[in-house]
Amino acid sequence: MALPKHASPLERVWHYTYLVICALIFLFLIAPILVIIPLSFNAEPYFTFTEKMLSFDAEGFSTRWYDLLLTFGMLEPEAPRDGSWWADAWANAQWIQATKNSIIIGFFSTILATTLGTIAALGLSRPEMPGRRAVMAILISPMIVPIIITATGLFFFYSSIGIQDWGIPYLGIILAHATLGIPFVIITVTATLVGFDHSLTRAAANMGADPVTTFFKVQMPLILPGVISGALFAFVTSFDEVVVVLFVGGLDEQTIPRQMWNGIREQISPAILSVATILVVISIALLTVVELLRRRSEKLRGLSPG
Amino acid sequence: MKLKTALLATALTSAAFAVSAQEVTVMSWGGAYTKSQVEAYHKPFTAETGIKVNSVDADNPATPIKAQVEAGNVSIDVADVEFSDAVRLCDEGLLEEIDPAILSAAPDGTAATDDFIDGALQDCAVANIVWSTSVAYNTANVSMAPSSIADFFDTGKIPGKRGLRKSAKATLEMALMGDGVPANEVYDVLDTDEGVDRAFAVLDRIKSDIVWWEAGAQPPQLLADGEVVMSTAYNGRIFNAAVAEGQPFEIMWDGQILDFDLFVVPKGAPNKDAAMQFIAFSTSTQALADQAKWISYGPARKSSGALVGLYQDGKTEMAPHMPTSEAALKNALVNNFEFWVDKDAELNERFNAWLAN
Amino acid sequence: MTDIAQPLTTADGKPLKGALLRAQARARRRAFLLVLPLLAFILITFVFPIGQMLYRSVYNEGFTWHEDVTSGDRTPLMTNLADWFDANPPGTVPDEAAFAALAADLVTLRDLKAPGQAGTRINYELSGSRSMFTKAARSAKKLEPPYKEAILELDKDWGNPELWQAMRGASSSYTTNFYLAAIDRERDASGAVTMVPENRQVYVKLFMRTLTLSLLITFLTFILAYPIAHLLATLPLRHSNLLMILVLLPFWTSLLVRTTSWMVLLQSQGVLNDTLVGLGILGDDGRLQLMYNRAGTVISMTHILLPFMVLPLYSVMRMINPSYVRAARSLGATSWTAFRRIYFPQTVPGIGAGALLVFILAVGYYITPALVGGADGQLISNLIAFHMQKSLNWSLAAALAALLLAGVLLLYWLYDRLIGIDNLKLG
Repeated sequence: MALPKHASPLERVWHYTYLVICALIFLFLIAPILVIIPLSFNAEPYFTFTEKMLSFDAEGFSTRWYDLLLTFGMLEPEAPRDGSWWADAWANAQWIQATKNSIIIGFFSTILATTLGTIAALGLSRPEMPGRRAVMAILISPMIVPIIITATGLFFFYSSIGIQDWGIPYLGIILAHATLGIPFVIITVTATLVGFDHSLTRAAANMGADPVTTFFKVQMPLILPGVISGALFAFVTSFDEVVVVLFVGGLDEQTIPRQMWNGIREQISPAILSVATILVVISIALLTVVELLRRRSEKLRGLSPG
Repeated sequence: MKLKTALLATALTSAAFAVSAQEVTVMSWGGAYTKSQVEAYHKPFTAETGIKVNSVDADNPATPIKAQVEAGNVSIDVADVEFSDAVRLCDEGLLEEIDPAILSAAPDGTAATDDFIDGALQDCAVANIVWSTSVAYNTANVSMAPSSIADFFDTGKIPGKRGLRKSAKATLEMALMGDGVPANEVYDVLDTDEGVDRAFAVLDRIKSDIVWWEAGAQPPQLLADGEVVMSTAYNGRIFNAAVAEGQPFEIMWDGQILDFDLFVVPKGAPNKDAAMQFIAFSTSTQALADQAKWISYGPARKSSGALVGLYQDGKTEMAPHMPTSEAALKNALVNNFEFWVDKDAELNERFNAWLAN
Repeated sequence: MTDIAQPLTTADGKPLKGALLRAQARARRRAFLLVLPLLAFILITFVFPIGQMLYRSVYNEGFTWHEDVTSGDRTPLMTNLADWFDANPPGTVPDEAAFAALAADLVTLRDLKAPGQAGTRINYELSGSRSMFTKAARSAKKLEPPYKEAILELDKDWGNPELWQAMRGASSSYTTNFYLAAIDRERDASGAVTMVPENRQVYVKLFMRTLTLSLLITFLTFILAYPIAHLLATLPLRHSNLLMILVLLPFWTSLLVRTTSWMVLLQSQGVLNDTLVGLGILGDDGRLQLMYNRAGTVISMTHILLPFMVLPLYSVMRMINPSYVRAARSLGATSWTAFRRIYFPQTVPGIGAGALLVFILAVGYYITPALVGGADGQLISNLIAFHMQKSLNWSLAAALAALLLAGVLLLYWLYDRLIGIDNLKLG
C-alpha cells in the first residue's frame, strides 16, 4: 500500500505509525509461537528459561524432549537403537500412537465433513431451497453450541448406544469431529458458490451433460479452492480438538492434543513443546510451499498481479 | 482321527492363549505417583501372571467412575481413589464389593484383616498407601523457612504467593489449623456454620495471593517457576522433585493432613477377575513395600513398614520422608472421611461461590 | 383468430402453469435432497444428543426411580411418601402417617443401596440432607412406631418444613428447580421462590462475567484485527500471502501449546516480567500479575481468537474497490472523512461476521480459562464442566448449559436479522 505522492506530512507520520502498529500486532501474534522453540530444548523438566539457557550456556540445552517423544511408553527404552528398538517405538511409544490416531481421525472426519458439506452447500446455494434460514442455522449449530455441552451430550449418547462395541475403531470421535468441522465446510463452500456463474451449468446442460457430469466437470473445478479451504479448516479443527476427545475418546484413542493435555496436567512435560515445534516447522514448510507453487503457476500463466 | 486330535489341540491351545492375553486397565493420578505404581505393581504383576496392565491417568480418578457406570460404558477395571470418594461411591452401589479373603497374608502369617492399618479395608475398597497433603516450600525463593501452618496463611511474615489445591477438602482444615484450632477439634469446628465462616475468613486474608492447582504435578512446577514460594502438595511429588530432580524443595510437616488412597473396582468393569487378581497382588506386603522405594508414601500394611528401606537411587533413606514418621505426626490431622462423604457437595458449593467473588 | 382466454400450454400439450409449478416443486425437492444427508447426519449425531442432555435439566429421577447398574431393573422409590404428598396439600405439617410412610421408604432405600442417591437429590435443594438420609437408612430396619418420635430422635432436622417441601418437590421426576438454582434462586418452606443466601450466589455473577469478558475480548480482537486486515488486503498478493503466514500459523498451532506459551510469557517470573525488570522499568517486587487471573484469560483468549476476526475482515476488505476512496479524496474529503464515511461502512459485514464468531467462541471457551484463569478468570463453561465432572450434578449442569445456549441462539438470531448469515465468509 504505497503512500500517495500527494500525502501531507501528517498523513506520512500516520502512515508510518500505522505500519509500526501493524508490526507490533504481528509480533503479538507470533511471539508465543516463537518462544516455545528455544524452550523445547530446555535441559530441565520445567516450562521456564533457566539461568543456563539465558546465558547461552550449552549445558542448559538438550534434545532430551525430542528423544522422549520416541521413548515415552516404550517397553525397552534403554535397549540399543537397532531395528527392533524402532519397531518397539512404532508399536508402543505413546506420542507415536497419538500421532497415528490424530492423522487417522483427522483424515476420515475431514473426508466425511467435506463430502456431506459440499453436497449440502450445493443444495443450500440454490435459490429454490425451502426453509433455507432454518436449515442453515441447524447446520452451523455445532460451531455455536459451547464445546463442553457438545462433549458431554455426545458422551452420554454414544455410551447409551454402545458405539464402542460396534467394531469400528475411532467411530465415535470421527463422527464427533466431522460434526464439528461441517460448519466450516458449509461456510466456505457456500461463500464460493455465491459468486458462481450458474449460466455455466445451464450451458453444460444445454450441451447434453447430465447433472452428475456437470458437477464433476464444470462446478467442481471452479469451487475447488473453497472446498479445499473448508477441508483444511475441518482438518485443523479435528487435529487440534481436545475437549470432545477427553470425554468421548476411549483409552486407546489418544490423540496428540489429548497427550498434550496430559503433558500440562498429569505429567508436566516439555515434550509437548517439542511436538509443537515440530508442528510449527511443518506448518511453515507447508505454507511456504503453497505460496511458492502459487507464484510459480502465476509465472507460467504469464500473470503477476503485483 | 489324527486330524481331529490336532484340531482339538489347536483349539484348546488358542483358547489358552486367549485367556492369557488378558489385560487389566488401572487408573491413577499421573506423574511420579503413577510411575511408582508402574514399577512396583504393574511390571511385577505382568511378569508373574502374564496379564497386561494398561495405565491411564486422571486429575482425580473418582470422577469418571460415576459417569462411566451410569452410562453403562465402563472402561476402567481398577481405580485409585481417595477415602471419602471410595466410601461415597460404594454407598451408591457403583463399586464391586471386595472380599478380604482374596488378600494375601503377611509373611509371618498374620491375616490380612489384622495386618492392614485401621480403616484400610472397606466393603468396596482396599487401601494401598497413606499419603499427605502438606506444605512445601522452595528454599531458594522463600525469605525464611515456615515453622508452623500459621505461617502459610501469613503473607506479612513470609511474603510471596501461596499454592493451594482447588477444593474445599484439605483447604478448609488447614485454614482452621492455621488459625490455631488444634487438630483433634478441627472437624467439630468445621461442622458448624461459624466454623466454616471462620475457615473462609482465614482464606480471605491471603486470597489475592493464592494460585490454585488441580493436578498433582502442578505444585512442583509452580515452585520451580518461582510462581509461588509455598504450596500445599501431595508429599510424594515434592519428594520426587527434591530427590530425583534435585530441586531445592522442603516439606513442612506441621499441619499435614493424612489420607488413604484405595483401590476400587467399578461395577461393570470389563475384566473383573483380573482386577481382583491385580488388587490382591499389589496389596501384598512386598508390593506395598516396593512402591515405597519409588515415592515417599507410607504402605497401608503394618508388615510392609519393616521392609521399607532405601529409595531406588540406592542412597536416600525413605523413613524420614514418610508422612507417618514420628516427626511428621506431631501436628497432623487424619482426614475424616465420614465428614466429607456427607458435606462434600455443600462445602464445595460454598467454596465455588467464594472463589468466584 | 386465437382465443386469448384459452390457457397457455407447453410443448407436449400440458397447461403451462401446472407444468411450471411442478418443475419448481421438483427443483425444490432436488435442492432439499442434496441437503438431506447432512441434515439427517447433524440431527442424529448432534441435535438429538444435545437435546437428550438438556432434557436432564428438567428431569431428575434420583428420588423417584432406582436403576440397577448391572441388570437394568427399575424400581420405584419413595412411593409411600409420594402417596402421602398426594393426599395432603402443600404446607401440611407432617403427621404420624407421614413419618410412617417415610420409615417404610427408608427400608426400601436401604435394601436397594439407594439412600445416597435419594439423599443427593434432596441435597441439591437443602444442603446437609444427604448425610441425614444415609444415617437414617442405616437404622431403617430398627425403627418402630411411633415413627414420628423415632425418626426425630435420629436427627431433629427431619422435622424441618423446608426438608418436607424439598421432598414434595422431588417426588415428581419433572422439576424446574434446577433452572431456579441456575439463576441463584431456590424455593423456601412455602414453595415460593427466593434468592439463595448471599455466600452461595455465583451463577448470575458468572453469566455476567462471561458476557462482559467476551464483549471485551471481541472488542480487543476488533481493534487489533482491523489494522492488519487492512494491511493484508491492500498489499500486493505476494507480500500479503507471506504476512498471512503470521496469522495462519497461530491459528494452526495447538490451542494447548499457545496457552502454555502464554503461561511462560506472562507468569511472574516469566519472559515479560524478567525483561521489564532487567530493563529497570519495574522493581523486582512490582512485577505485573498477568497470569492465573482475569488478565491472563483476556490476553490469552484475545490472542487465540484474533485470527477468527482477521479472516472475515480480510475477505470483505479484499472485495472493496479502492477507487471509491480515491473518488472521495478527489472530491475534497480528508483521509479521515473518506475512511469514516466510505471505507468503514463497507467493512461492516466483515466486522459483524468476525465479531459474532469471536463472541460465540469466547462465550463457550473452557480450556483456556481452566488453565490460565486462576480463580477470578473462570467463565460459566468452567462451572458447567465442574458440575459435569466433579460434583456430578448433571441436572444443574444441563440447566446452566441450556441457559447459555439460549443466550447464544438469541444472539445468532439477532445477527441473522441484522446482517444475514449468508454473508459470513472465512477468507
